Amino acid sequence: MSAEARTPNPFFPHRHLLGIEGLSAAEIERLLDLSNRYADMSKDDSTARALLRGRTVMNVFFENSTRTQTSFELAAKRLGADVTNMSVGTSSIKKGETLLDTAMTLNAMRPDVMVVRHSDSGAINLLSQKVDGAVINAGDGRHEHPTQALLDALTIRRRLGKLQGLLVAICGDILHSRVARSNIHLLTKMGARVRVIAPITLLPSNIDRMGVEVFTDMRKGLKDVDIVMMLRLQLERMQGAYVPSVREYFHFFGLDYEKLSVAKPNALIMHPGPMNRGVEIDSEVADDINRSVIREQVEMGVAVRMACLDALTRGIVGQNR
Amino acid sequence: MNSNAVNTEKKKGGRPLLLANARIVDPAANRDERGGILVDGGVIADIGPQVTKQNAPAEADLVDCGGHVLIPGLVDMRVQLREPGGEHQETIATGSLAAAAGGVTSMVCLPNTDPVIDDISGVEYIARRARETKRAKIYCYGALTRGLHGKDLVEMGMLSEFGALGFTDALHAVADAQVMRRALYYARTFDLLIVQHPEEPALAAGGAMNNGELATRIGLPGIPSCAEVMMIERDLHLVRMSGARYHVAHVSTAASVEAIRKAKQEGLRVTCDTAPPYFSLNENEIGDYRTFAKLSPPLRGESDRRAVAAAIAEGVIDCIASDHAPHDVESKRVPFMQAAAGIIGLETLLPVSLELYHKGSLSLLDLLKCATSRPAEILGLPQGRLAKGAPADMVLIDLDKPHRIDVAGFKSKSKNSPYDGRPVQGLVLKTFVDGRLVFSHEGQA
Repeated sequence: MSAEARTPNPFFPHRHLLGIEGLSAAEIERLLDLSNRYADMSKDDSTARALLRGRTVMNVFFENSTRTQTSFELAAKRLGADVTNMSVGTSSIKKGETLLDTAMTLNAMRPDVMVVRHSDSGAINLLSQKVDGAVINAGDGRHEHPTQALLDALTIRRRLGKLQGLLVAICGDILHSRVARSNIHLLTKMGARVRVIAPITLLPSNIDRMGVEVFTDMRKGLKDVDIVMMLRLQLERMQGAYVPSVREYFHFFGLDYEKLSVAKPNALIMHPGPMNRGVEIDSEVADDINRSVIREQVEMGVAVRMACLDALTRGIVGQNR
Repeated sequence: MNSNAVNTEKKKGGRPLLLANARIVDPAANRDERGGILVDGGVIADIGPQVTKQNAPAEADLVDCGGHVLIPGLVDMRVQLREPGGEHQETIATGSLAAAAGGVTSMVCLPNTDPVIDDISGVEYIARRARETKRAKIYCYGALTRGLHGKDLVEMGMLSEFGALGFTDALHAVADAQVMRRALYYARTFDLLIVQHPEEPALAAGGAMNNGELATRIGLPGIPSCAEVMMIERDLHLVRMSGARYHVAHVSTAASVEAIRKAKQEGLRVTCDTAPPYFSLNENEIGDYRTFAKLSPPLRGESDRRAVAAAIAEGVIDCIASDHAPHDVESKRVPFMQAAAGIIGLETLLPVSLELYHKGSLSLLDLLKCATSRPAEILGLPQGRLAKGAPADMVLIDLDKPHRIDVAGFKSKSKNSPYDGRPVQGLVLKTFVDGRLVFSHEGQA
């Protein structure tokens, strides 16, 4: 039961966007260029509005996320698509259906694109093998979150004009972070140097094999960096199992001006949100209008997701293309 | 530096101190020679054969050592001082008196107090009491897990900044391997020392003495000796993964010694200590249910005792600590099963350890190293050695003096020692902390 015929798509020769790992530098560059155009485009640009007319984008979130789901929903709507949202609260998974049964059921409604988030690493790869449309990974477990890495890269590129040669520190809960993994893939592929900084309890084994430098001391790891990416620390991880307490975490790993002072003078501060002020980041730093680009990241998110939806649907034969 | 140390007040008005006519034995410098030590401002200003009465500064106080042996003050890396919460058994003040009498000038107390030392205020409390007590330098370990419950990590980074020298759940092993793994990872983040009580808790549960023939005959439930090596070997796998600094407390079996030997050969950052009962006594000491011979880990069989003694001589065992565990009469004058485990050790550490030297098992330098420079090195302390610029923590001993251990004369508030009446050789004559005389044996000038 094939949804639509597919033609070769030289712009983006992948059926799905499951991660950054499988992408080439040139493909990333093209996605970022396209994202950049969408970022500068008016919200009601009529050409864009016609692009996905008659297409169905289905947001399937097995793990709740208001911000990412809203961002994808807006992106799809700005391209004129029909959008449905299925969140975990109403999911049949709760009634005992397996992931693949749910996927087959949704697939029968013939979506062109499924945007999927799941708490298990690899769940979206599995699902993508069983559906006819394109699948965008909106975050799977601790594996990948490709649109987050793309929006981070777009934010950096628009601020600093390039990725090549930059020194980027990713700080905090690397162990559980799909954002960290996707960013490591993207940044290293694009010629940036990446450091990770965390207590060893929050560092995955052999992380250095992913091409990053490992630090356990913020004052050393932040030395001369251009970009500081902070990660969110989940509440349940800061009560003794991985980190003894919030105050100890903030004392050694929370970003404040004192620790930031060893970075480049204009180093940018990023955070994928939602922030825990006073845990991984000091409020003053988070709100520093000259250095914090946290709100820009959210803004770039919509543009990047428009570009991904555009790129993936170029392979589908239909009267609108 | 550790804020935990006793103040080394450099009183401007304090006069220099000259110890002349001594046999200076300092393992850190491999020194064993006649000479003297000049102390100024609490630190060693000069040391060697050139330091004599003749060239003493005019204003210096003179001590003639009468040719006796002058050694660095002992650094005891495992004591329980029971304060706060157990002041009826020992206090920091009485424990310090006992330390000075035993030649111990620095000691690290375990966090198993009430409340448990698992937060900044606990570490600060010990530091403050230590400052008030001038007779010995007192440090502490922080708990490894909150409340010693074996689950949640303590604020190791901050506790270390406030002076905790390492982290341990004291008399408990961390049973959960995942918790231990994360504890080692977290400690490695700040390069902190983790000290483990090596005993697989499930195997030790309910046991009162070493498992074996004697336990069977007297009808006491036994703790198999393999409970120790099992925990050590589990931890060594985790140490290999984490790269952390790991110290095994009171090693008591031959199998443990072998496991640690191999780990050291492999290059793991592993150290260990033992306590005098494990190389000077065996399980037969229990005899007719003597509760003073109830320890944790339990006294083992003779072959294990020999292996521990040999491992000290060989250097596989790094340190000798007193494992000072004061208990009141009520905790020991009960049926063996109900009795508390542990013995006092501050005042027997030196003479019982010297038995190894007197029997010819190892040289005086090698023996003293186990209780001075080596523990100081592991703990990151500047003392435990006699060198220019080092704190003037020193003990003058009559190395060969025969006497009987007399527990009634001990300074410790508790008297639970199995060594009462034991003939030994070696007597502490004088103890100095930062150049101050903190103990002098009666009958000595």
